[in-house]
Amino acid sequence: MTNPGEITRRQMLRRIGLTALVAGPGAGLLSACATGGGAEPAASASASASISSLVSAANPLGVDAKKPLEVVIFSGGLGDAYATGVHQPLYTKAHAGVQIKHVGTQNIGTQLRPRFLSGDVPDVVNNSGPEALDLAALAAEGHLADLTPLWDAPSVDDPGKKVRDTITPAALENAKLNGQDLVLNYIVSHRALWYDSKFFADKGWTLPATWEEFKALGETAKKEGIALFAFPGQKGPYYQLWNMLYTAAKIGGNQVIIDIDNLVDNAWKSEAVKASVTAWLEVQTAFGDKSYLGLDHTQTQIKHLQHKVLFYPCGSWLENEMVKDKPKDFEYAIAPIPSVTAADKMPYGAIQVGVGENFIVAAKGKNPQGGLAYLRLMLSKEGAKGFTEKTKNLTVVNGAAEGLDLTPGLVSAAKAQDAAGQNIITDARFEGWYKELFDYAWQQQNTLMAGRMTVEEYLDKVQKKADDIKADSSIAKQTRNA
Amino acid sequence: MSTERLRKYGFVAGFLVVPLTLYLVFVISPYIQAFQLALTSWNGYQRNPTYVGLANFGKLFDDEVFWQAIRNHAVILLVLPLLTIAFALFFAFLLNLGGGSRGAGMRGVWGSTFYKVVFFAPQVLAVAVVGVLWKAIFRPDESGVVNGALIKMGLDPVGWLTEPSLALWSLLAVMIWQAVGFYVVLFSAGMAAIPRDYFEAAALDGAGRFRLFFSITLPLLRDTIQVGWVYLGIAAFDCFALIQVLSVDAGGPDGATTVLPVEIYKTAFSYNKVGYASAMGVALFFLTITFAVLTLRVSRREKIEL
Repeated sequence: MTNPGEITRRQMLRRIGLTALVAGPGAGLLSACATGGGAEPAASASASASISSLVSAANPLGVDAKKPLEVVIFSGGLGDAYATGVHQPLYTKAHAGVQIKHVGTQNIGTQLRPRFLSGDVPDVVNNSGPEALDLAALAAEGHLADLTPLWDAPSVDDPGKKVRDTITPAALENAKLNGQDLVLNYIVSHRALWYDSKFFADKGWTLPATWEEFKALGETAKKEGIALFAFPGQKGPYYQLWNMLYTAAKIGGNQVIIDIDNLVDNAWKSEAVKASVTAWLEVQTAFGDKSYLGLDHTQTQIKHLQHKVLFYPCGSWLENEMVKDKPKDFEYAIAPIPSVTAADKMPYGAIQVGVGENFIVAAKGKNPQGGLAYLRLMLSKEGAKGFTEKTKNLTVVNGAAEGLDLTPGLVSAAKAQDAAGQNIITDARFEGWYKELFDYAWQQQNTLMAGRMTVEEYLDKVQKKADDIKADSSIAKQTRNA
Repeated sequence: MSTERLRKYGFVAGFLVVPLTLYLVFVISPYIQAFQLALTSWNGYQRNPTYVGLANFGKLFDDEVFWQAIRNHAVILLVLPLLTIAFALFFAFLLNLGGGSRGAGMRGVWGSTFYKVVFFAPQVLAVAVVGVLWKAIFRPDESGVVNGALIKMGLDPVGWLTEPSLALWSLLAVMIWQAVGFYVVLFSAGMAAIPRDYFEAAALDGAGRFRLFFSITLPLLRDTIQVGWVYLGIAAFDCFALIQVLSVDAGGPDGATTVLPVEIYKTAFSYNKVGYASAMGVALFFLTITFAVLTLRVSRREKIEL
């Protein structure tokens, strides 16, 4: 699949690692201002005295090997084998004689919320899944350990470098809640439109770069009984909400999404959002199929594999998710969203590159030092590489995927990121900050796409919800600058 | 109090203390706690919830989703017991008495023992299984059981769960389908308790099946039906699991199928507004209690002596 003249896979991966996400705006500045605000100064003072006696070059975070470590992992799409098979052995190897208690669960919230309330907290938590904990609320109660010592600790692979210099800047940027570094986002994912590159080659079709080309391809595909695009309305309609938001960012720049996140007045009614929603509704009306509104993500993804759908809006976990059902000759590839207007702020190649999969260390747990050390080992090349091998997902660790045999979809995503260069669409963070608004926006979007609502009605309703959230003093507010 | 009485009550209390404590701790105290939480803005993480008085209830009154859920409850409350009991009575009558009198006694239609098992089968299925099963039946494209057939016949597929005007009725069909079996068994037992001679005498006098049903079976089953009505009414205030599993975006589309338990779950566990969710729970508590009391009051009547 490599053509002569194209960069080699190794070069490319090095670029993902080294130059990826330099676009993370202002990341360098942010890394300087992160100072911790410990929850209980008295306790941490006495703790730090005993920690310092344990600190050494091999143990920079001062782990007490006599203290057991409890790790809770969300065993969803990524499973939990990466924790038991890769990260935990690394920890036991680094700290001889240490005891690890591993818990794999699909119900993070139900299991852990009472434990946080009662004070019996696990040390490391992979917060994910439909019942994920509200990290902003936990942070407000002082439950999340400050990650600054971790960022400043020497990297496992190169003691001359700090951990913060070995990971993509977006991970540092996204770590912040209330201005503090509290959350490790461990994976890098690429979100755009997914298609079968082999099928396109067979048909002699090229990727549409403008909305006109997109619709022209829709006509061609329609004649063959293929829907131009589809999103699952039953489970996973937020894929299309992302899609609309990213399209809006392409039209009006990342500020469009930043304003929405910051609950700026009338952010949803900006020209860019309106143009994006109008364009997608037009495509849905002309080329969509209403039956997809009643299908879940797996059913839709199977139809995509059967070439009943041309483009599917999703992230780079898609390939691994569908690995069992994927026909041999189906080759996942990523396509940027076509340009809607000639005056779009971002060029055609812009794609969304985001970090995700949250890991936190409990501040009031029994072994916060162990928790930080565990994350440090996750951020080692060995830990990151093992994770990628087990889950087929790239991590935020620079260059850790080097030498791995990556799947075509991941390679394509990396290539698209390379082509995008600085033109990276930012992630919409209100999804985590104000889940109610996020859910409302995609539920109403289902109504819109089913043809029961106009674009204006849609934007009015979602804007009103955003205003309600803004006015609700019981909801803790977050802001972002970039 | 005499020592003898003390001993007597002590003896009884000794037996009651354990179950009573368990009941207080696991049933009564969560109720009281819910009432207390309904007065706070607790998000499920704070150590000390902030009291906001009755603000949550005020918000509830302005909440369009809350009223939508109440409206859906009203529809379910009307349709579910009525149709379930009607179907169950009809089937139970056929299974037990519909065959008419042959020889010594009344009997059901041919093969009734087999039908009893068939009717009861949905009752023993887990809700998750029922959900998956009906998802396949209602699937909106050509892979759906119903729509596949419709498409083969050249008709347009129907969005059973995606059309707001249809979704609640589709779900009601599943609820009724699932509940009928239990009430068939319940009413069969009730019919078995009616002395056979009544039917035989009426049959000898030339009463047809309709007459047997409306003049004998129905009046004598009144108590059983009343119990069924209360059960189904309370079930109408729940239906959480089925709606959660089967409906599009949990209570959708456009809130067409949402009910209070679904909203409570979302509000508490997705949006971390435990205080507000508790206020909804309190509202639900009073709705259920009111319904049960009203039903029992309205339908109270002298018992017929057999």
